[in-house]
Amino acid sequence: MPGLYLSHLALSHFRSHRRAEVAADGRPIAIFGPNGAGKTNLLEAVSLFSPGRGMRRAAVQEMSRKPEALGWKVVGVLQSLGHAHEIEMRCEAGGARELRVDGKSAPQLALGRLARVIWLTPAMDRLWTEGADGRRRFLDRIALSFFPEHGEAALAYEKAMRERNRLLKEDLRDPAWYAALESQMARAGAAIAAGRRAALDRVEAAQAAAETAFPAAELGVRYPEEMPEVEEALATGLAEGRRRDLAAGRTLIGPHRADLAATYAEKGMPAAECSTGEQKALLISLVLANARALAGEIGAAPILLLDEVAAHLDAGRRAALYDEVCALGAQAWMTGTGPDLFEALGDRAQRIEVTEAGGESHLRPL
Amino acid sequence: MTQPSEIERLIEMMAKLPGLGPRSARRAVLHLVARRDAQLAPLARQMQLVADTARECTNCGNIGTADLCPICTDPRRANGQICVVETVADLWAMERASVFSGRYHVLGGTLSALDAIGPEELRIPQLVARIDEEAVREVILALPATVDGQTTAHYIADRLEERVALTSLAQGVPIGGELDFLDDGTITAALNARKPL
Ligand SMILES: Nc1ncnc2c1ncn2[C@@H]1O[C@H](COP(=O)(O)OP(=O)(O)OP(=O)(O)O)[C@@H](O)[C@H]1O
Ligand SMILES: [Mg+2]
Ligand SMILES: [Zn+2]
Repeated sequence: MPGLYLSHLALSHFRSHRRAEVAADGRPIAIFGPNGAGKTNLLEAVSLFSPGRGMRRAAVQEMSRKPEALGWKVVGVLQSLGHAHEIEMRCEAGGARELRVDGKSAPQLALGRLARVIWLTPAMDRLWTEGADGRRRFLDRIALSFFPEHGEAALAYEKAMRERNRLLKEDLRDPAWYAALESQMARAGAAIAAGRRAALDRVEAAQAAAETAFPAAELGVRYPEEMPEVEEALATGLAEGRRRDLAAGRTLIGPHRADLAATYAEKGMPAAECSTGEQKALLISLVLANARALAGEIGAAPILLLDEVAAHLDAGRRAALYDEVCALGAQAWMTGTGPDLFEALGDRAQRIEVTEAGGESHLRPL
Repeated sequence: MTQPSEIERLIEMMAKLPGLGPRSARRAVLHLVARRDAQLAPLARQMQLVADTARECTNCGNIGTADLCPICTDPRRANGQICVVETVADLWAMERASVFSGRYHVLGGTLSALDAIGPEELRIPQLVARIDEEAVREVILALPATVDGQTTAHYIADRLEERVALTSLAQGVPIGGELDFLDDGTITAALNARKPL
């Protein structure tokens, strides 16, 4: 089937895994085992198939298996819409992460054009109640899944802004230097804002069109103060804000201040004021809608990483989640402590048992 | 190691050169030592000569053996065009393609507040001064497509606006740093298709 999935994955010295291999056929993968067995580590390795630091946002050296700390390697065969790519990521001890696609070294952002990976982690349970950073990252992940070039814009914006902030901190006043940076911030910033809006439109449309057991959310992008989203206006806004920014020592307007606002549509209740279970259901709903929209757009659902989602859902919601994941045809890597959590999947999923012995994780396909 | 320490030291020094590692350095040193009179001694003399004479051209930043490099002393290259590049390697890549008949200005880097590289460090004031001194009509910016490269291009454009025509190499061509890795034909095409900023 011409989907988007890893057909083979090999880890070497990656966190608790000394050597681990998974052969997969595109079905969802149910991963179970006791606490500390190495389930999330496995998902983290898969999360590295999209650009960035992965779902734990960890430093590359941290992923090296301890105590050896010899560096690590993750190799996968990615089936991407009928094409197979061998993707190799490695990191020598003390070195940086290197990427090779089909034997050729490639920049990390190239991954965004091959793989689309979306995740939900237990740490995201507090997404709606904690700071805007997490929600902005979640929003950018959604945008990146639709538009691989979102990653380039985000990096360019970030870089130019850090340069501008340094000028502000050092109280440098060369207007040509500011203007040079601001013109790039404005171009990248406008692209980021447009990408986020377009991505949310797609997710909202996908929610409206679907029959789903999960609640719909009304979504929006909010800023602490008015933020011009058009390139020229943003450039003007930045130039006019220089004096104020100099006093603050940092840039006060721009897409880096965005927040994702969500309302539980049926109740008209802001996400932060919903119950714990409702907040989780909203997140799952957004991830599923994202996947559906993407499937409609590129012809395949993204790879989903659902760390411990099963545990938080009652049996009915759980069965509904599995049905939706299967209907999407997504390769969903799902973790839980016991096999019973995945019973409702029947033979619609592969199963892997993860155990730990002597400080080393072991995988057993069932 | 079993080699005498002088030779081992030479291998270590060679191994630090770009493109060489311990194995290839060892091979090169063995090769040279075996041809002491024919190759090693002349190489050592040539290296000493370059060490004594090599210096930056005070006008453009190219590497030469005199105060002014051959390009800056050649009156035929004073055609009213200056091509601004990041590195000497980029300049040499342009020269290899032999499509450009004007002069150069080597910045030696790109603007970066985070790395404490400002306009002065990049010889931008000298570039501004050269516009009148050399009756320059067109400045071609052949700088990297990175944020720092484009910041530098914007900055220079801002400083020279209304004094000269400003162009940049054709969009979509990876330039700067990578110029050195482009084949001559690609450089030629990028130069011929240059666009006003
Ligand atoms: N760099 C590393 N080297 C060796 N072991 C590591 C490294 N990083 C993490 N670990 C260990 O890997 C083990 C498994 O972690 P992981 O998060 O994958 O567990 P899990 O199976 O998801 O457990 P839980 O059900 O509690 O979430 C932990 O005991 C952790 O200490
Ligand atoms: Mg876990
Ligand atoms: Zn010169």
